[in-house]
Amino acid sequence: MGNYSALSLLRHAIAPRPLPPAWRNADPKPRYDIVIVGGGGHGLATAYYLAKNHGIRNVAVVEKGWIGGGNSGRNTTVIRSNYVYPESAAIYELSLRLYEGLSRDLNFNIMLSQRGLVSLAHSRHELDLFRNWVNCVQLNGVDARLLTVEQIRSLVPIINVCPRSATPIYGGLEQKRAGVARHDAVVWGYARAADRLGVDIVQNCEVTGFVRDDTGVCGVHTTRGTIRAGKVGLAVAGHSSVLAEMAGFRLPVRSYALQAFVSEPVKPLLDKVVLSGTLGVYVSQSDKGELVIGGGLDHYQSYAQRGNIGTLEDTVAALLELFPCFSRLRLLRQWAGTVDVVRDSSPIIGRSPVAGLYLNCGWGTGGFKAIPGGGWTFAHTLATGEPHPVAAPFALSRFERGALIDEAAAAGIAH
Amino acid sequence: MLLISCPYCGARDEVEFFCAGESHVVRPPSPESASDAEWAQYLFFHGNPRGVVCERWRHVLGCNQWFNVARNTVTHEILAVYAMGERRPEV
Repeated sequence: MGNYSALSLLRHAIAPRPLPPAWRNADPKPRYDIVIVGGGGHGLATAYYLAKNHGIRNVAVVEKGWIGGGNSGRNTTVIRSNYVYPESAAIYELSLRLYEGLSRDLNFNIMLSQRGLVSLAHSRHELDLFRNWVNCVQLNGVDARLLTVEQIRSLVPIINVCPRSATPIYGGLEQKRAGVARHDAVVWGYARAADRLGVDIVQNCEVTGFVRDDTGVCGVHTTRGTIRAGKVGLAVAGHSSVLAEMAGFRLPVRSYALQAFVSEPVKPLLDKVVLSGTLGVYVSQSDKGELVIGGGLDHYQSYAQRGNIGTLEDTVAALLELFPCFSRLRLLRQWAGTVDVVRDSSPIIGRSPVAGLYLNCGWGTGGFKAIPGGGWTFAHTLATGEPHPVAAPFALSRFERGALIDEAAAAGIAH
Repeated sequence: MLLISCPYCGARDEVEFFCAGESHVVRPPSPESASDAEWAQYLFFHGNPRGVVCERWRHVLGCNQWFNVARNTVTHEILAVYAMGERRPEV
């Protein structure tokens, strides 16, 4: 399997032949050094960085369906790092920096588009909070700037800035380095790069229980047989509580449906990501021309992976308040992912209460943007048994210590 | 979309209701002597079953009363509606 390049593209254009698979669809071996449960972005990134950064190549990623079929394939692909607390800024900025070099690193074009994200304030008080937010972000060493209504209008000419609107815009903030990336490419890029370093990607392999010994977890029972492992890492997002229950403990996680939908494609008319936390909507335009629209969580716990019509209506109403010109567009597709929401809107990375079992969960509504950083720090934790310095504040023990990292406001969309 | 049978008003659309999370979470019996771990369990480590969950709901756009709902988190089927203070039903 060769490298992807302009030359290889040209060669295939001149003499087309079937492309070889980008990764092996491996059968499970009886034993690995590390087994990662969950073949989404976080699981695959973890496997890649285990092999690349730590030289641990006897690794399997087991996935109950197909890779990238969970939340990695159900998000709105927004990437940003404008968080308030230094702990959050460190991990999300690590992620954004890794994203900036990821196409080259993986030899796979993840179509990163740093088009900038504009958040909207709808009252004087919210604008005051935004000032504070911008200051915090800048003190964290991350780019952010406050926007006037005039600046918002020049960046997003189609937006409704009418002061007589029910929810007038008072100002906003922008992170210019924020943007979007192609979600499938991130998953496939990590899968291909991890596979080339020897990682086994085992699909259609659902974990049904854990192999236990005197000390803790030493493998997984799956629908494709028992796999023994030195360590097991969970990267299963909305199903973290289900796996934790199999291992005999609870997590401070609740699973909700988070919806997204796309409109029919139209010509380019929106070259920013626009977010309104107050109205509960955010939107960007994909390369295909579809508007990619996200909203708040559905209102009650769910594992259904399908969205609720009430939340869809609220989100569309908010969208049309901001962009009246979208009113005649039809929605083409609607879907939902099961997201793992933690009370302080921050992730959980590190040891679990059971020896041999490690956690990467709790990303809630913002897991996609954190894939490289989550994988990087989780790989460190799995390889060394110690938390990565950037991930240390996100230990499960913070709930007993009262050391919450309460990102509710900067988490973007209401939790 | 759920059709929820409010015990006081009858069947109404779910948009009239507010879901306040898990029922039957017991506060530590002696708050002064409860450990940090016990407080953390009470405050944060709630049930998140893939299956039946019992929740407190409130009819905010109706009678404003609280009641319990037993609901399946995969199918969203409502299995029981029962009063506050009642025991968790066998469903």
